[in-house]
This record gives sequence, structure tokens and C-alpha cells, in this order.
Amino acid sequence: MSLIAIAWRSLTQRALASALTGFSMALGIALVVAVLVTYHVIADAFQRSAGIGYDVIVGAKGGKLQLVLNTVYHLSTPVENIPYSVLHDLTEGRYKPYVTRAIPYCLGDNYEGHRVVATIPALFNDTQYTPGRKYAFRAGRNFETEGYFEGVLGALAAAQTGLKVGDTFRPTHGVNDDEQGHEHDAFKVVGILEPTGTANDRAIFINIEGFYLLENHAKPVEAANPTGPGAAPDPHAEPGKAPSASDKAHDHPGAEAHHPEEDHDHDHDHDHDHAHEPLPENQRELTAILVRTSSPAASIQLPNLINEGTAAQAVLPVREIRGLFDAIVSPIQAVLLVLTGLIVVVSGVGILVSIYNSMSERRREIAVMRALGARRSTVRTIVLLESLLLSLTGGLAGWILGRTLIAALSPAIAARTGVLIGFPPLLPAELALVPALIVLSALAGYLPAMTAYRTDVAKALASAP
Amino acid sequence: MLRLRNVKKSFAEPGGGRLPVLDVEEFQVGAAEHVVLLGRSGCGKTTLLHVIAGISTPDSGSIEVDGRDLVRLDEAERDRFRAETIGYVFQSFNLLAGFNALENVLLGMAFGQGRRDVARARLLLDRVGLTHRQRHKPAQLSVGEQQRVAVARALANRPRLLLADEPTASVDGRNQQQIIDLIRETCEEEEVALLLVTHAREIADRFDRTVYLENLNKVAALT
Repeated sequence: MSLIAIAWRSLTQRALASALTGFSMALGIALVVAVLVTYHVIADAFQRSAGIGYDVIVGAKGGKLQLVLNTVYHLSTPVENIPYSVLHDLTEGRYKPYVTRAIPYCLGDNYEGHRVVATIPALFNDTQYTPGRKYAFRAGRNFETEGYFEGVLGALAAAQTGLKVGDTFRPTHGVNDDEQGHEHDAFKVVGILEPTGTANDRAIFINIEGFYLLENHAKPVEAANPTGPGAAPDPHAEPGKAPSASDKAHDHPGAEAHHPEEDHDHDHDHDHDHAHEPLPENQRELTAILVRTSSPAASIQLPNLINEGTAAQAVLPVREIRGLFDAIVSPIQAVLLVLTGLIVVVSGVGILVSIYNSMSERRREIAVMRALGARRSTVRTIVLLESLLLSLTGGLAGWILGRTLIAALSPAIAARTGVLIGFPPLLPAELALVPALIVLSALAGYLPAMTAYRTDVAKALASAP
Repeated sequence: MLRLRNVKKSFAEPGGGRLPVLDVEEFQVGAAEHVVLLGRSGCGKTTLLHVIAGISTPDSGSIEVDGRDLVRLDEAERDRFRAETIGYVFQSFNLLAGFNALENVLLGMAFGQGRRDVARARLLLDRVGLTHRQRHKPAQLSVGEQQRVAVARALANRPRLLLADEPTASVDGRNQQQIIDLIRETCEEEEVALLLVTHAREIADRFDRTVYLENLNKVAALT
């Protein structure tokens, strides 16, 4: 009969007390695992979204983090707009040597609370959402440059809106559902993306050309830069002064010119996109530009160059997100880990109390084992093994409980945030729980183990059974 | 097999003095010999067995078991020696309540060098007439059956010497004879020396050699 078998049998002999003690340990470990896994998944999702397909975001001067949050994660509200000329500077002008790819974004509309992102087809044709994985379509196809009023849906947006390929939808002015803006013209759903585990799952993407043709999305002529693309920065792009593309006056003649028959109460058939003329560039603005730089050095040089000007700012999303995590998320995680760690320590104290309380009634049992030839160190080991078994079985149960809890909540979390948790691989921090539990069990079992070690065999045998 | 010479043992008293309980000049048990040690309650029977088993150490003297002086061994060596060489049957059985009959016998093997031998444990339980009670826990066994399990456990490691401390004190008269017969027969089969202590003269009558503790222990003679 092995010492582990003897220890296990001692535990099962006190089944209720052992089960309750193990359960308390399981709860503590479940909470630790939940915190570790949730943090890992969120950090992973943020990092994945922040650094793939582009490494610099160009947007209006203002809060760097806000620019990243509303461009990449579809959170918060857009800052301001930047002149369309900045895009020309990046693709054809002075910044061209530093740029491999530039993808413009226009924000300002939503559909049933889902952020509507106006962009170009290259977002899905040329970029990856995670290393080695390009965007794929669950149904349909990408929108085309010529398909002005075409759009594609992120997987979660499609599931929550119920839109299918071939359906039409009318974006509403404003980035949030509660802004109660007016409805725009209808866009046709031509594709639904496969889930990516990024914030893009929650978004709806439309052709930027169609976006510009919507009511109020053109920059007023009197405010437009008369010198056209590539000209000096628009003075309206200065912080606090630039009018937002989504906030333009409703009486803008340029926009009206493209929709003279505009009526929000009737369906507008956009199969005849050829009938539309693209909005002149001097009436265009952008919310942000996702930039893939040509080299690691360029990713440092380009932001410096852009930030020297007044038209726009350039930020490194990975750096901003790392800063966010270092400043806020990681400390919160540390606090949660300390709290849950304390619960585990309390569970360890529970093990100590449970085993220690049993020692008085087990003195005779220990003495019998000693009389049968067990050494002092052997009975000490048996008691330590009891503590270890309680800790590890409780820990294993807690790990399963924590993981099950996360997996069970995963659909609800995905539905709310677009972050797919699922069943992530075993984390190094979870593996580190094993030695931590071994140390904790050794500490918890030490006192009762030493009581067993010091048992006076002759006295214990002489005591009444 | 067993030889005691000038063994003295005393216990500390609350007042600071020492209370002598054992003073044995010379005592021997031969290999496979069965000896009964007869003495009244409180004359040091259990203390003597504890000293012989190495559970407690004498103040002086030597205790040779199978040629080894237990007094010269350190505690860990004594524990191992006891596990491999000496079997012990307690007055109150001392079976572990959470273990069934078979596991209690296997427990007797757990602390020696020998491997876990389930076949031998079953054989011993067969010999003591508990073939069909191996999975029963002590609480599910009668008093007599519990003592049979204790005998099987004491013999599990093939000891050279079996110490039995009032093994029939907790059983009724009919079972007393059965238990004694069982211990003697099993020891004969296993060629184990037996030292049985009791205060019951009728048990002593069944043994070829009876030693009166009052004659052996000078302290007992004085009290």
C-alpha cells in the first residue's frame, strides 16, 4: 500500500470535511484561472487587432489612445477629421517612401448600434487580421471599388442584425445607436466575414465612395480646400476647429447635388452605381488612415514627420495599447490576482485547519502506523501528502471549473464584445499554479505534519481507543 | 531470537524524580519458541513489549532481536527493523477504521522493504478464516473478526518475532481460545517466535513455557 494510497484513504475517511476543504480551494483556483484567462484573451485580442496589417494610424490631432480605440476597436467616438490630402501625401506625396499601404477610414454612422466603417476593398483584400491569416468570407464577397453602395458585415454584426447577403441596410447618422440620427441611403450586403476574434467582427464595412455620397458627408464647398489633393494641410484640421464629416451642415449643396431626389422614406436602388459620380476630393475628409510602413525604421520616422505638421498626428497602435495595458489593465489584473490569490491562501489555511483538527483523533492511528514500522518522517510525509492531494485535487477541480465558466460565458462575451474566448491553450501562468499549490500545500500541511512527526507512540497507544 | 540483558526503564514523575517500571536482568526467547508472559495489571507487561519492539527505549541494558541490539540502532533503523522483523498484536486491535480488512493487512506491509503482496495478504486472511470478509471495514466486523485481522496484519511482513499484548482482553471466553489457537497455529506455520503477555492464567496453561513477570521484573516483584 503506497503512502499516497494511505493519505488518500485518510482523506476519504473524512469525506465531508475533505470535500468542503477541496471545494474552497477549487473556488479560489477557479477565480484565479478566470482572471488569468480573461486577461490573456483580452490582451491577445487587443494586441492582435493593434498590430496586424498596419503599424501606424494617422488621424486628427488629439488623444492618441482615443484615436486607436475608435479606429481599431470601434470604441469611443471619433476625434475629428483630417484632410483628404493627407492620404495623398502618404500614397503619392512626400511620405510615399515610408509607406507600403494606406487604408482610409471614415467613421460617423452606425447600423443598429454596430459601427459603420467606410473604407476601401484593400482592407480585406490586402491585409491580415492575424499573422498568416487573411480575411475570408463566410458568404458572398468583398465589396468592389465600383460598387459604391455595397457593404460587408463582420461575423458578429451579421449574427446580431440578421442581415444576409443580398439584404439592404440604411446606416444611421452617429456612431452609437442612441444618437437617433437620420437614416441614410441603403447599402446592399454583398459579403459576410468569417469570425476573426477582433473588434472588426462587430463592425459593418461600406464602400467609402458610397459613404461620401450620403447626405451631409461631403465637406461644405466653402470650407473645402480649393487647391485640391496634395495641398497644404487644411486649417480646419486644427484641433478643435475641424468640422467632423459626420457633423456637416445638412444644407451642403455638394452633397445634395448627388442626391437631388433624396427621400429617407423610400428604398433607393443602388444597382445603378454607375449613375453616381464620386465626390470631388476637395469635398472629402477622412477620420483615420491605417498605414503599413515600408520598414521598421519607417514606422518610427513616419510618425515623427507627420507629428511635426499640424494637419494630423500619427500613432503606433501597439505602443498605445501597451501603454493602456501597462497603465490600467495590468494593475487591475494584478489587484484581481492578489485578491483571488488571497482566497487561495485562505483555502490553504482551511486545509491546515481541517488536517490539524483531525490530528487529535488520529494520534492513535499514527501511533499504530509507527508501531507497524512507519518512521517519523513517513507519517510526516503521509500528512503532507494529504495536504498536497487536497490542494491539487481542489486545484484541478478549480481549473476545470474556471475554464468551464469561461467557456460557458464565452458566447455572451463574444456577443457583447466580439472577443472570442473559447478554450484558449494552457497558459504558462496556469502551469505556474501547480508549483504554487505544491508550496502552499507544504506550508498548510507543515504544522499537522510536525504534530504527526512528534507523536509519542507509547503514550498514544496507551490512550483510550 | 530474543535476548534481554539488564534492561531498565523508568518514567519521569511530575515531581521531578524517576519511577522505575522495568528491571529485567536476563530473558530469552528461542527461535520459533512460544512463550507466555503472565502478570497482573500494572506490572509493566506493555512497557516491556514496547521496549522489545523498539517503540520506546530502555534507560540501560541491551535488547537483541535476531542478533541485532536494538539499543544501538538509531530511531529510523529501529523503525525499519521493527517493520521487517517484529509483528505486534495490540490489546485493542488498533485496526484503522477507514481501511477494510485487506487494506489493514496491506498496511502492515507498507513500511517495510518488501513489496505490496496482495496474494499474501489474502492468504493470511484466509488462514484466519476471513476469506469472505476482506472488503469489510472494522466497524462491519465482530470483535473476534477484528482481532483476526490484527493477527493477519502482524504477520504480513513475515516477522521473526510476534509480540501479542493481551490479545484476548477484549473478546469473550469462547473467542479467547479461538484467538490464542489461531495465533499459535499461525506462528507455527510461519515459524515465528511468539511472546504473548496476558493476565489470564487459563491462557498461560496452554503454553509450554510460562514466565511470571513478577519473577522476571524486579520492580514488579517489589510492588
